[in-house]
Amino acid sequence: MIAVIDYNAGNVQSVLFALERLGAPAILTGDHAQIRAAEKVIFPGVGEASTTMHFLRERGLDEVIKSLTQPTLGICVGMQLLCAHSEENDTPCLGVIPQQVKRFIPVHGEKVPHMGWNSLSRCADEIFTPELSGEYVYYVHSYYVEEGPYTSALSEYTLPFSAGLHKDNFYATQFHVEKSGKVGEKILRNFLSL
Amino acid sequence: MLAKRIIPCLDIKDGRTVKGVNFVNLRDAGDPVELGAAYSEKGADELVFLDITATHEKRKTMSELARSIARHLNIPFTIGGGITSIDDADAMLAAGADKVSINSAAVRRPGLIDELALNFGNQFVVLAVDARQIDGEWIVHLNGGRIATEIRLFDWVKEAESRGAGEILFTSMDHDGTKAGFALEATARISELLSIPVIASGGAGSMEHFYDVFTTGKADAGLAASIFHFNEIAIPDLKGYLKEKDVVVR
Repeated sequence: MIAVIDYNAGNVQSVLFALERLGAPAILTGDHAQIRAAEKVIFPGVGEASTTMHFLRERGLDEVIKSLTQPTLGICVGMQLLCAHSEENDTPCLGVIPQQVKRFIPVHGEKVPHMGWNSLSRCADEIFTPELSGEYVYYVHSYYVEEGPYTSALSEYTLPFSAGLHKDNFYATQFHVEKSGKVGEKILRNFLSL
Repeated sequence: MLAKRIIPCLDIKDGRTVKGVNFVNLRDAGDPVELGAAYSEKGADELVFLDITATHEKRKTMSELARSIARHLNIPFTIGGGITSIDDADAMLAAGADKVSINSAAVRRPGLIDELALNFGNQFVVLAVDARQIDGEWIVHLNGGRIATEIRLFDWVKEAESRGAGEILFTSMDHDGTKAGFALEATARISELLSIPVIASGGAGSMEHFYDVFTTGKADAGLAASIFHFNEIAIPDLKGYLKEKDVVVR
């Protein structure tokens, strides 16, 4: 069973539908025991960092997420919250992955948010298999995780940034893997088969 | 590199696509979900569904449609047509819609943009605007272009951005249906004026028109209906053409 963490932020329904299309049984839950017992956990996200962190703390979900040992996938804001700190309203995050979340600064008049399909490069872990380099995935975000030791794939917008992160049992995608067509399905399937 | 987006638009009435569709190999071309899936298969980057049904049960039928699209499609989609309140938008989000588009309702009550952006995030709010030139001035029109306002297009899109719109979907009524090309100057001006993405709509008749709107028109995305529905332009061919001309597409 896959637990999709229910924390009142954004479009969890899309994640549930994506899992349904892949035939993966999933539940939407904020229950600590159910999350801990799940075979895999998905931490989705659309929303603002400080409000979301506040919501997680109020429900004790911050400690639950940090202590997970099964394969766990953060998506979009879910990925950013796994990091140490976000510039979005100067928010201390979960600190599972020691990287910083920063706001895009336009270099040549680029628009923020970074919205649309962008290509992957340097795909280098179990979910970002090498043949995915060059493929396109769907992004909507104004903040990014800089390239660092835990970067598992890159994209480029004003600068190279982390399309994916991986540390121990924690995996993450900055893009909306559930909305990224066949490429997204491949990445989700890779995660499900870990 | 961020790719330019190609977006087919589907008009829906009573749960069925309205404009005739000339697609081969489709079991039911009137089924929005099946048609959407066919477009997704052909490489559409996003889809826009405009519900033009006028019933008291509108919110319910629209959210059922959104739910069914979200369940079967793996690319982002926008749904619009009659969203006038937070409750309408919330029903679409809960059903799995990625974005909602608002048009006349936002002109009549601009605070709707702020409310939706605050509650669901800027990325959820597509401000659609229909405009045509009157005495050399681009003027916002309501109800699918039928009613003129006194609002200037460029003032309105700027205000919409500052209120929290995440994208602008600009349709030139002067160009819509002509197949003579997009409104390049006005699209470029909106794109330069704002720091949010601009979707150009109205006038697409050839592959070159898309090239023009992505280069001269500075658009982030190009939207069209009939040329895709009647298979006058196939999306894979269009993307191949744009790639050859060094426009980044997926």
